[in-house]
Amino acid sequence: MAKTYAEINEKIRKGQAVVVTAEEMIDVVADAGIRKAAKQVDVVTTGTFAPMCSSGAFLNFGHTDPRMKVQHAWLNGVPAYGGLAAVDLYIGATVVAEDDPLNTEHPGEFRYGGGHVIQDLIAGNDVRLVAEGYGTDCYPRKRLDTWLNLKDLNQAFLCDPRNCYQNYNVAVNLHAERDIYTYLGVVKKDLGSANYCSAGQLSPLLNDPYYKTIGIGTRIFLGGAQGYVFWEGTQHDPTVARSENGVPKGGAGTLAVVGDMKAMEPKWIVGVSMLGYGASLAVGLGIPIPILNEEMARYTAVKDEDIVAAIVDYSRDYSHNEGRPLGHVSYKELKSGSITIKGKQVPTVSLSSYPRAREIAAILKEWIKAGDFELTEPVQLLPSADSGQTFKNLKERPASQEGR
Amino acid sequence: MVERRVVLHFPENLIDQPIVSRMVREFSLEFNILRANITPQQEGLMVLGLAGKRVDVDKALRWARQQGVSVQPLEKNVVRNESVCTHCGACVVVCPTAALWKDPETQDVIFDPDKCIACELCVPVCPPRAMEVAF
Ligand code: SF4
Ligand code: SF4
Repeated sequence: MAKTYAEINEKIRKGQAVVVTAEEMIDVVADAGIRKAAKQVDVVTTGTFAPMCSSGAFLNFGHTDPRMKVQHAWLNGVPAYGGLAAVDLYIGATVVAEDDPLNTEHPGEFRYGGGHVIQDLIAGNDVRLVAEGYGTDCYPRKRLDTWLNLKDLNQAFLCDPRNCYQNYNVAVNLHAERDIYTYLGVVKKDLGSANYCSAGQLSPLLNDPYYKTIGIGTRIFLGGAQGYVFWEGTQHDPTVARSENGVPKGGAGTLAVVGDMKAMEPKWIVGVSMLGYGASLAVGLGIPIPILNEEMARYTAVKDEDIVAAIVDYSRDYSHNEGRPLGHVSYKELKSGSITIKGKQVPTVSLSSYPRAREIAAILKEWIKAGDFELTEPVQLLPSADSGQTFKNLKERPASQEGR
Repeated sequence: MVERRVVLHFPENLIDQPIVSRMVREFSLEFNILRANITPQQEGLMVLGLAGKRVDVDKALRWARQQGVSVQPLEKNVVRNESVCTHCGACVVVCPTAALWKDPETQDVIFDPDKCIACELCVPVCPPRAMEVAF
């Protein structure tokens, strides 16, 4: 018998909802079978915690006296985008301080960037805003240098165009004569490491592979607070190859998410520095999945051994859009500590924190059980495997010789 | 019983001498080679954990110095700021001594200070900068 969102929410309000984490759901289904599990369980909670580079925040700091139309702005020395009205800013996670040495001495350290500014704000630390304007009749002021604190901002919301990748590559280094420095960490030379980044069986979109319940308007755990999915994420690519269980074999669906920074905690929104690569933001995100029917029970019982990721060479193939995956490997193998590639035992490295993913799924479970978090039915579903939508690379039409 | 971690530099003429084995045998010490390598200039470098009676450890190090080995205590410490570590695992692959390792059961990243030789390789590699140098 199918359930509705309204019925599940009614149970949540009465404190009667049966909520389990995606890890626990594996055992429930193994013990009781799909049919019984679908009846017994109302909600399965998921979680993930990893660097998610396509993240950022909108901030409105209120009018100055006299008024100012901000053109250029820096937060703790990190450029923020001021091309929005007068006192709205957007700070992206990967932008670094203007005096950052970048990769001039390779590998650069990228100690402080937009992600760190966002974490500092959420931690309640004062952040220095320097801004310049060109002056207009109604906005005459040209310069501003002031401390800001999150509590004094009118609005501050995290607004991430692409989070929560459904699955991801496993990076290896086949060709370089040295270790390479990537957004997946240090990839050791001579097949010295295999770097991956997914929570596997706990990851939100791996538990709802066709986006049957996660869509526009879905309420989620974001950075320790309640947030929402507001769109498909950039590079959403639902038509990639899938295993028989429907789970994509590589990067596929993504989510655009939004949430109030004033309610977030610095434990779950962490500025990070990727050696030789850049600054970013690690985001904690969790999504509850309603067990509307047996199909959702089956999806949410997915295990690490049933989820595979593509092994991709990052020393040449990835950068030059060449080659083919060296094979596929399951998250169970990845989490064991080493995998075998071309007959060689290769240690695995994770960039995604499974312990934190587990913590997020547990917190979300408690919120729902306590009646503090109700489920939302999406106002619109995301494009899925039958949409025909793919992610395309740029077809260049050179406008000059310089871009070559 | 004391435990001490020391950095030994062997000049080229001593590299193939069994100094460490004689040292631990003659002064009845327990030892643990934390790191050993030979630099391009043919200097041998070894980070050694020694355990034994205090007088014996002192005597053994004095004897090693007499043989021409330079002996320095391992003074720096690398510590993990537990409230910053997210247990991601990015550090595990660069640690030469497996002082940082991932428990395959829980996926927690464990830090064993006893195995750490303060090489600092993990410091810039840790995305949230949880590994810190303490003097
Ligand atoms: S890289 Fe840093 S945060 Fe990640 S497990 Fe190691 S010490 Fe912890
Ligand atoms: S400093 Fe870091 S990388 Fe070096 S031994 Fe200690 S824990 Fe391992």
